[in-house]
Amino acid sequence: MTGNNCFHCGDDCGKSPIEFQNKSFCCNGCKTVFEIFSENDLTCYYDLQNSPGAIPKEILSKYDFLSQENIIDKLTEFRSETIEIATLYIPHIHCSSCIWILENLNKLNPNISASQVNFGKKTVRVTYKSQTTDLKSVVTLLSQIGYEPYISLDDFKSSEKLINRSLIYKLGVAGFGFGNIMFLSFPEYFEVNEFWLEQYKHLFRWLMFALSLPVVFYSAQDYFISAYKGLRAKILNIDVPIALGISVLFIRSSIEIAFDFGSGFFDSLAGLVFFLLVGKYFQQKTYDFLSFERDYKSYFPIAVTKINKEGDEQSIQVYDIKKGDRILIRNEELIPMDGILINGRAKIDYSFVTGESQTVTKQSGAKLFAGGKQTTGVIELEALKSVEQSYLTQLWSNDIFNKNKEDGFTNITNSISKHFTIAILTIAFIATGYWLLHDSSKAINVFTAVLIIACPCAIALSAPFTFGNLLRIFGKFKFYIKNASVIEQLAQIDTIIFDKTGTITSNKTSTAEYNGKMLTDEESVVLTNSLRGSNHPLSRTLYDILKTNAIVCLDEFEEYIGQGITAKHKDTNLKIGSANFVGNTEKTTLLNTTVHISSSNIYKGKFTFYNSYRKGVSKLFNQLKQYYDLVILSGDNEGERENLRKLLPSKTKLIFNQKPKDKLEYIKYHQNEGAKVLMIGDGLNDAGALAQSDVGLVISEDVNVFSPACDGILDASKFKELYTYIRASKAAIKIIKWSFVLSFIYNIIGLYFAVTGQLAPVVAAILMPLSSISIVVFTTVATTILGNKLK
Amino acid sequence: MSVIYILLAVSIIVAIVFFAVFVFAVKSGQYDDSYTPSVRMLFEDELVKTKNTNTK
Repeated sequence: MTGNNCFHCGDDCGKSPIEFQNKSFCCNGCKTVFEIFSENDLTCYYDLQNSPGAIPKEILSKYDFLSQENIIDKLTEFRSETIEIATLYIPHIHCSSCIWILENLNKLNPNISASQVNFGKKTVRVTYKSQTTDLKSVVTLLSQIGYEPYISLDDFKSSEKLINRSLIYKLGVAGFGFGNIMFLSFPEYFEVNEFWLEQYKHLFRWLMFALSLPVVFYSAQDYFISAYKGLRAKILNIDVPIALGISVLFIRSSIEIAFDFGSGFFDSLAGLVFFLLVGKYFQQKTYDFLSFERDYKSYFPIAVTKINKEGDEQSIQVYDIKKGDRILIRNEELIPMDGILINGRAKIDYSFVTGESQTVTKQSGAKLFAGGKQTTGVIELEALKSVEQSYLTQLWSNDIFNKNKEDGFTNITNSISKHFTIAILTIAFIATGYWLLHDSSKAINVFTAVLIIACPCAIALSAPFTFGNLLRIFGKFKFYIKNASVIEQLAQIDTIIFDKTGTITSNKTSTAEYNGKMLTDEESVVLTNSLRGSNHPLSRTLYDILKTNAIVCLDEFEEYIGQGITAKHKDTNLKIGSANFVGNTEKTTLLNTTVHISSSNIYKGKFTFYNSYRKGVSKLFNQLKQYYDLVILSGDNEGERENLRKLLPSKTKLIFNQKPKDKLEYIKYHQNEGAKVLMIGDGLNDAGALAQSDVGLVISEDVNVFSPACDGILDASKFKELYTYIRASKAAIKIIKWSFVLSFIYNIIGLYFAVTGQLAPVVAAILMPLSSISIVVFTTVATTILGNKLK
Repeated sequence: MSVIYILLAVSIIVAIVFFAVFVFAVKSGQYDDSYTPSVRMLFEDELVKTKNTNTK
């Protein structure tokens, strides 16, 4: 291991690492965790993975609410006199060491009887003895060792999550039926009039019939339901011909064996259902650790501290907050409702809401909006509204959040299915009519044979396998998509709308520009040193940009909260801060954030902060401009207009000062005009726009951190590749169209047998799986080649 | 040739046993998390090693 990195968390230890047992640690927190582990013989934690830990956070009374009965009730999945079981979500779970330590929790607290990690979902299920320990101490223990559980309002509602396993059961039943029916039908493929076969064929056939019952009535039921729904809505979706094919197969086969006409098509029937379900299962790729359905509830805490009239602190549920309640918000806590600041110094980080990382300082009497995070000290608020009626949360009462995006969308398979179904029915009727005139005994045979062989198994499989595979490939490139239909919609986009802050700008860095009189060397040394001593976020940013000067000891240093800094070194007197504080009387029209500087009461100049844009923004926009309408829809003021004008292609529309609701309305308006909108945003303020758009993507610096409800999450480092991904989606549509052509060829061959009245069960049993499998192979190979072309 | 009844019965019973095992496996949640067990499986060794160093 490298010498200067923390043994526990791997962070740089800086100049003065804490040495303990010949290992260096970046802070006392990390050292404490190491001590806890080494005392309990759990240092194996560090063998599995280098520096796997996280710095434990201050806890204090943060988890007091966990001793409340009704909250424990909601959070635990099982409660009895002696035992409680709770599943906790821990975002830090990321490696095998994490699994190991969390499953050995009983060594740290013997009252924990079992703990099991689900790595994909990043949860740990803890079973503990409720007589000797409680939820609060379990959570506190986890936080102490750096695995702080994330408990939000979301957990409060969904105390019971049902896992839907029906698809895997259906697949199992279909596979079971398919395998056994194949066995039983095998003899009749070859020897038709053999003596013993004649003797026992009825037994074999009725067994096949019995095995096909669960396949048709259980495994295939979704197809019947969906076909029925489609017909009722007057849509010929792909499930209509499938359901038709399945029922004709089943009815004809049953009649055949009942009247001893032949052996039926039970093998093809079970195979068809099995392949279709495999396709469905393959498409159902989900990213357990990501959630695409989040609303404000995932961000908000369950409980806050309320101050009673008597001055006692009491922790209450967020939903119980009433207008006029006095609420205490500690450092690092989220403000759950709109309120007026009564006491304390508020420094609010609204990055959850706006994506803007710069904190806002407020004085008492100011109005604070829900969703902000207090970043220093304790403040007292008086609630103005209840949680659900707050400015931010109100957005979620909009109808758009109750709509299912897929409902109004006709996917490629269904759009082709309409023509397909009509064509097949026409062929079936013409062929039947022909045979009625020539050999009426064959007519019904031909009619059913056409419907059987034309059952669009291959067509139904093309899209699931293509999109399913592409979904996995995108996942590897850190582009996580909610489901397959998003890829299809992405290919049809013609308008792209970007949020500004946090989306095309990067949260981490900003740049500053100095205008004014040159600072002397002396002055710049004092400047960097006074910035170094200040904790104000602007000072920190500026210090990070400058930080080249030598370190000197300042003679005098004082920080005036909300105003600025004064610093003195030898005979240099510096004032750094707001225009008023420094004594700049010039009126500025500039809207950007500025820091002014004066030396010995003579005004020197100012640093103006600009957003720093993500790498490749300009290139990406230039790639996109030929094909798409581009819009920047920002909640910020117009300060960056000139900068953006220079950076982006001239036809890009720039719209500023947009409230969350305005963004939603803007998109709605353009959709009504026929535009297919891709919205790219990041914060909760974009939530409405993301839900309204055809495809809503979220840019995220760290995909494990929460992002609002959306259709896909794109890692910030891959932002510049956006165009490549859209192109890949378009290529996927092309692949599907080619596989449609392929399956039509199979259908024509099959139809030849069917129309001429010579469809033997063995032909169907060969042709149907062959077409399905070759489609699966074709789409998989084609998408993999497509994936290799991506960077 | 009546032995075929026995053979068929056996083959179906075996198939049903496997099917029942599959249903049981799904029901007990074995298909819910397909990653963690693969890591957990490798842990037993380390755990024993720690215990050994304890006793020494």
